[in-house]
Amino acid sequence: MTKTSTPENPLPLEHRPPQTSNAIAPQTWIGWLNIFGSFLALLAIYAFFYFQAERFGDARTLETLMRQMTIVAIAAMGMTLIIVSGGIDLSVGSQLAVVAVAVALILKAGYNPWLAALGGIGAGAACGLINGLLITGLRVVPFIVTLGTLGIFRGVAKQLAHHQPVNAKPKGLENLTASLGDGQRWMLVPPGVWIMLIIVAATALMLRYSRFGRHVVAVGSNEQTARLCGVRVNRTKILVYTLAGALTGVAGIMLFSRLTQGDPTSAAGDELDIIAAVVIGGGSLSGGEGSPLGTLIGAAIMQIISAGGAHLGWENSSQEIITGVIIVIAVTLDRLRHRRAAASEG
Amino acid sequence: MMSPPRLEMLGVRKRFGATIALDGVDFAVDPGSVHALVGENGAGKSTLMKILAGALKPDEGQLRLDGESFAPMNPLAGRRAGVAMIYQELSLCPHLSVEENILLGMEPTVAGWLKRGEIRARARDALQQLGHADISPKARAGTLSIAKQQLVEIGRAVAVGCRVLVLDEPTSSLTQADTQRLFQLVATLKNRGHAIVYISHFLEEVKQVADKLTVLRDGRSVGTRDVAGASISEIIGLMVGRQMEDLYPRSPRQPGEAILELDALAGKSKPRNASLQLRRGEVLGIAGLMGAGRTELLRTIFGLDAVRSGRVRVGTFIGNHSPTRRLREGVGMLSEDRKGEGLALNLSIADNMTMSNLAPLGPPGLVAPRRQDAAARKWIAPLAIKCRSPRQPIGQLSGGNQQKVAIARLLHHDVDVLLLDEPTRGIDVGSKAQIYRLIDELACAGKAVLMVSSYLPELLGTCDRVAVMCRGVLGPARDVEQLDAQQIMMEATGN
Repeated sequence: MTKTSTPENPLPLEHRPPQTSNAIAPQTWIGWLNIFGSFLALLAIYAFFYFQAERFGDARTLETLMRQMTIVAIAAMGMTLIIVSGGIDLSVGSQLAVVAVAVALILKAGYNPWLAALGGIGAGAACGLINGLLITGLRVVPFIVTLGTLGIFRGVAKQLAHHQPVNAKPKGLENLTASLGDGQRWMLVPPGVWIMLIIVAATALMLRYSRFGRHVVAVGSNEQTARLCGVRVNRTKILVYTLAGALTGVAGIMLFSRLTQGDPTSAAGDELDIIAAVVIGGGSLSGGEGSPLGTLIGAAIMQIISAGGAHLGWENSSQEIITGVIIVIAVTLDRLRHRRAAASEG
Repeated sequence: MMSPPRLEMLGVRKRFGATIALDGVDFAVDPGSVHALVGENGAGKSTLMKILAGALKPDEGQLRLDGESFAPMNPLAGRRAGVAMIYQELSLCPHLSVEENILLGMEPTVAGWLKRGEIRARARDALQQLGHADISPKARAGTLSIAKQQLVEIGRAVAVGCRVLVLDEPTSSLTQADTQRLFQLVATLKNRGHAIVYISHFLEEVKQVADKLTVLRDGRSVGTRDVAGASISEIIGLMVGRQMEDLYPRSPRQPGEAILELDALAGKSKPRNASLQLRRGEVLGIAGLMGAGRTELLRTIFGLDAVRSGRVRVGTFIGNHSPTRRLREGVGMLSEDRKGEGLALNLSIADNMTMSNLAPLGPPGLVAPRRQDAAARKWIAPLAIKCRSPRQPIGQLSGGNQQKVAIARLLHHDVDVLLLDEPTRGIDVGSKAQIYRLIDELACAGKAVLMVSSYLPELLGTCDRVAVMCRGVLGPARDVEQLDAQQIMMEATGN
């Protein structure tokens, strides 16, 4: 056997013309194409209901859609961060209940709504901090830790509320997700929707342009390498869960705003909708991937199916089946796309 | 006064339990030079490099960087001190861009927000230093070719200002052209004053790229030479120079008819071309370096890896069959990865031993634990497997006893062709001797054994014939009397 290398005649270093590095890197527009793809799916699903159901396209319906998706969409921003970092949070539904109860209790005690909102965000952040500390401190996988805290937080919510909904005067918080009155048309959409949009934009910017955001991606992409490069992996994870908890706090305020009471049994099972929104939006459960804008689209797709289905008089069970099918399709498409990307790299 | 070497390792020793991995290694690299580290598989190169990287702590010995004592607590500390390792398996964050990978962990920021411009400039500067301005700093790392990913890793090492750069088998997955480009780059880095440790199995590469080389054998540094003055046969002599131990019983054997025949067999990437005839009553060895495709060859025969072209014949069966069918045809395989693939560590000895053949252990569809235990006992005594009972979880046994259980599975299945991949890897000498004796007995009883090993004395001691595999191509099988370690090493390294 002979080797074919010829040491006397090494290849010149620049054996191919240097590519101008100012050209848009292909993955940038592929990324946009992905978002665009989910957006097209969103439009297609909306168009379906628009033509099937009467009055599905008017401004009121659109406003209602947006009002109703705030809870899932805002909580899903936190979940996007967690999933990009390679984690998962099953306890988010229970966290929502804790927050809603906490907000109601603070209002009931006579404090002003700003303080109640702050307290709600604090309660959510505390739940997230507990998750983060348990995951990094005990070195137990997030799935198991948050499966445990799913039960713990739900129980805490029930005990705080003494096992019944806490009724309190919402003192203006109800307006966050209420339909706009005629005098408020200048706002275009209710304040809760504005808050949602601002949070989406802020999360997207943070993930893309802040050091913390890039460290979140690095930890989810290759934890060993991140650690080797001096990224404080545990601190990053704890921050991710705490921040996600705070966002869940904001979502919990929306929940209280919708129900105008702190119901400790509310939002049970919402964790699945929230995770589904991230996954439909292109998040990968193996970490490193996910986008806030995609997640917003994912949340919108699920809201349209549920509202449109209700419009057409579908049974709840049919909606569940369709949502499930869409999740499977979204993940399959994602896998196919990745396989193609891996093949073209060849 | 002479300046101290960039890196010095003095009298480094390390043991894992009963095995001595390093037994006094001295190694020094000067700035602005390339120092190669060579040795057979298992000579201790990777343990030594793990100590250098800070992943392991030496039991004894000293490390010095530029004359100052260096005792990294963990890989991060090692990297901070200026030791950068480029491993065979690349470690980039595939979802981040090239520039983000290069500056990961040291990004310039304003109030937490990245300074994109500066990141790009510094990444571009690092790539420029490597002479590879053609890699776009914005490209996502996971979409680059292996060769370019490697460059990005080297770029990261340059950007953090590394003092010692370790390249561990850097060319194993590169094409010829990329290899040459890498050598150019190594020369450039050397001229900039970096100290480079170059680990490779391919001695002609070492001759091309390195200034000095140190040979490790059995955990000891046995010689340091100027590359210019050392011939390849001298280097190989240092690598294999040990006495044959008298561990290897070999009864006179009578080979019978050919039972396994390969005709120009090729797998997906490896093996590229393998032909051989294995006869009943003989032990045929396959020698070669790590990554030569020996394991892949066994897996392809056994049906675990896909066949691209060529033919396998087992007795009267012709064709490429699944592992299930291979077992029915009487072919069994012992995996080199005992813990990951070979055994189910939380199951019992009896479960592991009978796993592939439960049918005779009860009425159809059922398994009687008592008969399973009896089947296991049948092999526990003759193979001298030390255990409390057949129900003991196999994870509690020593490596040698685990390996005997893995082989006993093939015996319980009563296969005719045994494909053994590194049958004595990581086990104690006593168990080794027992396994050699067992292989001899099996061959005498008319079984056919195809054995892959990285340990040459073992191949020379137990086999009737040996074939050498190099870069996916299997050479002809020759009688072991016509071969010696030196010659096998020459062929395995592609000379």
